[in-house]
Amino acid sequence: MSTYDFRRRLVNNLMTILLVGAALAVMAPLGIIFFHILKMGAGSLSLDFFTQIPKPTGESGGGMANGLAGSAIMIALASCFGLPVGILGAVYLNEFGNNRFATAVRFSADVLAGIPSIITGMVAYTLLVVPMKGFSALAGAVALALIMIPIVLRTTEEQLKMVPGTLREASLALGVPFWRTSLKVTLVSARAGITTGILLSIARISGETAPLLFTALGNQFWSKKLNEPMAAIPLQIFNFAIAPYDDWHRLAWAGALVLVVIMFTLNLTARYFGRSRQ
Amino acid sequence: MNSKLKLEKLNIHFGATHAVKDVSLEFPANTVTAIIGPSGCGKSTVLRSINRMHDLTPSARVTGRILLDEADIYDRKVDPVAVRRRIGMVFQKANPFPAMSIYDNVISGYKLNGRVKKAEMDEIVESSLRRVALWDEVKERLKSSAMALSGGQQQRLCIARTVAVQPEVILMDEPCSALDPIATLKIEELIAELKEQYTVVIVTHNMQQAARVSDCTAFLYLGELIEFDVTKKIFTNPTKSQTEDYITGRFG
Repeated sequence: MSTYDFRRRLVNNLMTILLVGAALAVMAPLGIIFFHILKMGAGSLSLDFFTQIPKPTGESGGGMANGLAGSAIMIALASCFGLPVGILGAVYLNEFGNNRFATAVRFSADVLAGIPSIITGMVAYTLLVVPMKGFSALAGAVALALIMIPIVLRTTEEQLKMVPGTLREASLALGVPFWRTSLKVTLVSARAGITTGILLSIARISGETAPLLFTALGNQFWSKKLNEPMAAIPLQIFNFAIAPYDDWHRLAWAGALVLVVIMFTLNLTARYFGRSRQ
Repeated sequence: MNSKLKLEKLNIHFGATHAVKDVSLEFPANTVTAIIGPSGCGKSTVLRSINRMHDLTPSARVTGRILLDEADIYDRKVDPVAVRRRIGMVFQKANPFPAMSIYDNVISGYKLNGRVKKAEMDEIVESSLRRVALWDEVKERLKSSAMALSGGQQQRLCIARTVAVQPEVILMDEPCSALDPIATLKIEELIAELKEQYTVVIVTHNMQQAARVSDCTAFLYLGELIEFDVTKKIFTNPTKSQTEDYITGRFG
């Protein structure tokens, strides 16, 4: 073997190792997070976690049932506000979006998507919490909806753009009005991709903590009203993790595990919908 | 002869481009009229103006008159949707709705408009599929996806979808250009049958096809109507030298 050949193989192997290493470094953090949370949280996960509310300081046990319910309620409410706005806005951009106004809408959505979520929370605080004179689940849901809208808008618009123009023409040529064509042909044809976008946006807001700090605030008990402070899983994780009690730390780990599993499931489901399109 | 459809001094602009220039044509009822001409001569543009498809293109401007039963379809008071219900269109590439079954595709003109009685649907679907001679091929799998059909079957499905809503005029924009000879033959036979009930206008690149299926032929070149006459005359004894040059394959 000549020295040149040896050098060539050496460089080749080194470079391959380097690239594989970089690829692994992309995956590693997720693996580390997942296994660490699994190790710390799995032991504290019990039926109580899903059925009990937090116990008062000093008592052991308890769970995060109120946080799970609160997160579910606020995500559902945020979806009620955010999905119609995002999806119908995307239909507008797709059908009539060749003007300056549409460019401004797209730009605003991109900026809104990039705004730190704590600022969204502060805005919801000034616009809702202060006038309503109290922290509320409603304000939390609005803050989450504000995060949701740009994600849903842009992913939906991308999916609508991919619907071939020939399908719209086919529908129009059958004497179907323009608005029915937009809703029943274009939107329906893109539904798989839109579902993916919706699920990813839900995954995104289900872990948001900052916008809830000044709005929903959190609650140690069951909250039944939308105009009162409400518990949420990310808020409870935050509050319990910084508390000085080992028992609360264990609950925080269990909460983190549940949250990660939920996100994982949502992402996998989104992938399934994204793939079944073809 | 009684004209079902009449174009009077039709001019179509796209922005600064003058695509169709002063075209006047008459389409008698229950006939097949072919529009031929080289690529870019404006034949599809003319066809699409007949069911107001250019309404969707902001830069397009249509002037002149298009009379359907003596009434101008570009009149301000006319709803383009109502025009398209009377004038159906079959496109170059078969475009069944991919998310729908064969059955739903045929009935789509009704379902998308939200006005159909369940009891009538089966009958409309069967008679429409029989009309396009597709019934025997698909009756066992009406609920399966339209995308599973062959190209020729898909195109016949699109024709079935168009006849299902019972238009008066059917426009066809090179309906066989993506099909093999056998599928083409089937569509051509179908066109001959369709004219018993409908007025058919077909744009085609294929001059043999125009000669086979049509009663009258219009030859368009660079946006202008060069010659319009009965098909036999156009193909055996054209008046204009440009027409003769084109059909004998000297250009285009």
